[in-house]
Amino acid sequence: MRKSVQMVLVLSIVGIVSGGALVGVYRYAQPRIEENKKREIRQAIFKVIPEAKSYEIITKDGRLIYKGLDSSGNLVGYAFLGEGAGYQGKIEIMIGMDSVLDKTTGIQILESIETPGLGAKITSEPFRDQFRELLILPFIELVKGKTKESNQIQAITGATISSQAVVDILNKTIKEVRERWKNK
Amino acid sequence: MMRSYRIYAEFIKGLWKQNPVLVQLLGMCPTLAITNSAINGFSMGMAVTFVLVCSGIVISSFRKLIPREVRIATFTIIIASFVTVIDYIMKANFPAISKALGPYVPLIVVNCIILGRQEAFTSKNPPLASLADALGMGLGFTGTLIILGSIRELLGSGSIFGYQVLGSSFTPWVIMILPPGAFLTLGILIGLINVLSHSKIVTRRG
Repeated sequence: MRKSVQMVLVLSIVGIVSGGALVGVYRYAQPRIEENKKREIRQAIFKVIPEAKSYEIITKDGRLIYKGLDSSGNLVGYAFLGEGAGYQGKIEIMIGMDSVLDKTTGIQILESIETPGLGAKITSEPFRDQFRELLILPFIELVKGKTKESNQIQAITGATISSQAVVDILNKTIKEVRERWKNK
Repeated sequence: MMRSYRIYAEFIKGLWKQNPVLVQLLGMCPTLAITNSAINGFSMGMAVTFVLVCSGIVISSFRKLIPREVRIATFTIIIASFVTVIDYIMKANFPAISKALGPYVPLIVVNCIILGRQEAFTSKNPPLASLADALGMGLGFTGTLIILGSIRELLGSGSIFGYQVLGSSFTPWVIMILPPGAFLTLGILIGLINVLSHSKIVTRRG
């Protein structure tokens, strides 16, 4: 009997003390973690809309859209997040577009766990640079080898699935955003 | 005199003679998964050392109060708490490293080195000796992960700790930073350790 009381007591005390300590750590860490996430998004926005000096957050049917503004407050482009499945896991992309939503101005991969040395090249500059001034109409097309049209992206050698995933996420997200814009 | 010698011996054994990875073959999961770069190995090692030291001190301080029947449950709660603490601290202050290590930081909870040390050592020894043991095991683990990470990063990306060591004429062996590279490097390293320690025994006998 004494033994079981001791068992209950010890486990309860350990649980309560641990829980209390974790509340303290959570309170310290949570605001910083959120700040990190915000900073990451802020940096990505300025990278995908090169002309933007500041931005505004607007919501359209539950989707967050970042409006890029130049130094005198004129609209220079939009940025929004898109996500989908890659070769190994989720890919999250910040997509930048011009003010009439006809061209992309840049992309920034926020999250991805593609194969190092192959699929991970989607985050590399040569691949990302293709999305500067890329026509998205009628849709973005992935090609192997040299690109001929201004809506084409050259796939990374050995990483067609990862390249295709990026293009698919872009096509899907951009279509969604454009449709919301039309019926406003 | 005897006492300080014992503390020293408890510390030093984890570095080589009872190295948790190379000799005890414990904690293989993070060892294989995150050593694709030296910095990842170092960060993982530091996180594990933190948890080993903190839970070692707490458990050895209260070892006489914890009933045998619920010791594993108690150890697990204490270990899990410290793991959560280090996970949050890393997320808050080193977001890039925390992202690179992914789920392997929370998974320290089930790392057998940690529970193993509590069962084998800290639950039977006073705090000072437990601290020495935890530090030795933690640094032994960290050192091994840095070596593994450096070898893989050097051959797989041509750099160590992010500094480009090999010139652009070097073609990276991508396989080294992929999972098979972990098995290859670890296997060769363990084989090497066995050869070394075996030849030592022979010379001593001779």
